[in-house]
Amino acid sequence: MKHTISLAVALGAVWMLWSGHTEPFLLLLGVLSILAVVGICWRMQIIDGESAPIQLGIRPFVAYLPWLIKEIVVANLDVTRRVLAKEMPIAPTVIKIQTHQRTDLGRVIFANSITLTPGTVSVTMSGDEITVHALSPTEAEHDTECAADMNRRVVQLEGS
Amino acid sequence: MNWMLDAITWVLLLGGAFFSIVGGIGIVRLPDFFARLHGGGITDTLGAGLILLGLMFQAGWSLALVKLIMILAFLFVTSPTACHALAHAALSNGLQPQLVEPETQTCDEGQQP
Repeated sequence: MKHTISLAVALGAVWMLWSGHTEPFLLLLGVLSILAVVGICWRMQIIDGESAPIQLGIRPFVAYLPWLIKEIVVANLDVTRRVLAKEMPIAPTVIKIQTHQRTDLGRVIFANSITLTPGTVSVTMSGDEITVHALSPTEAEHDTECAADMNRRVVQLEGS
Repeated sequence: MNWMLDAITWVLLLGGAFFSIVGGIGIVRLPDFFARLHGGGITDTLGAGLILLGLMFQAGWSLALVKLIMILAFLFVTSPTACHALAHAALSNGLQPQLVEPETQTCDEGQQP
């Protein structure tokens, strides 16, 4: 139930913020659209903690995102340096990382965070093991440390 | 005040353009498909991010700002997903990454000192 309500609220906020109109007719169209979307999603039984992850609260934005952005900037500068260097000091490596997340959503957030950080791409995920392609061993090494940190932070994000 | 916002926008747009070009250079210079994905990653994150951030300073406190933030949010969710889908498709169709060390090393960072 809380997922349905949060989905409706989110859709309403999106409608208001993207249209910016307050005429009754347009608001009525908005309400009808939201009811239709929520109704269809409800019939498809896809409203759950994955499509409307209200259980995460605001933690993704206040606790995780700033740290992730910092990591992305650091990794970007590193990869930029490697790409522009004359001799291009890269040494592609494949590493496997154990995930400690309990939910699929947490694993997806973790794998996407790895891919979002330049220099590492998650290639496959089977069970709780992610195969990561890294641009260089030092990157892989740094990333194993970074991934441990990232892993822990995503676990925190999942909460209880 | 206005010239300051314009100056910030200029710096951010030029920075975004720089990283987008670096991403392109990376795609051309890097040796194989999997390594080239990393080049694209620069364009996806800092390139697009800095350009959108620059535009946000021009938008000011308006609904356009919200839309720019949403574009950035969608980009940050979709681009790694697309990147992962490409890498996964390549691997499952038999393309092997060029590696320096042939054996894959297993690291469980939980047991690392």
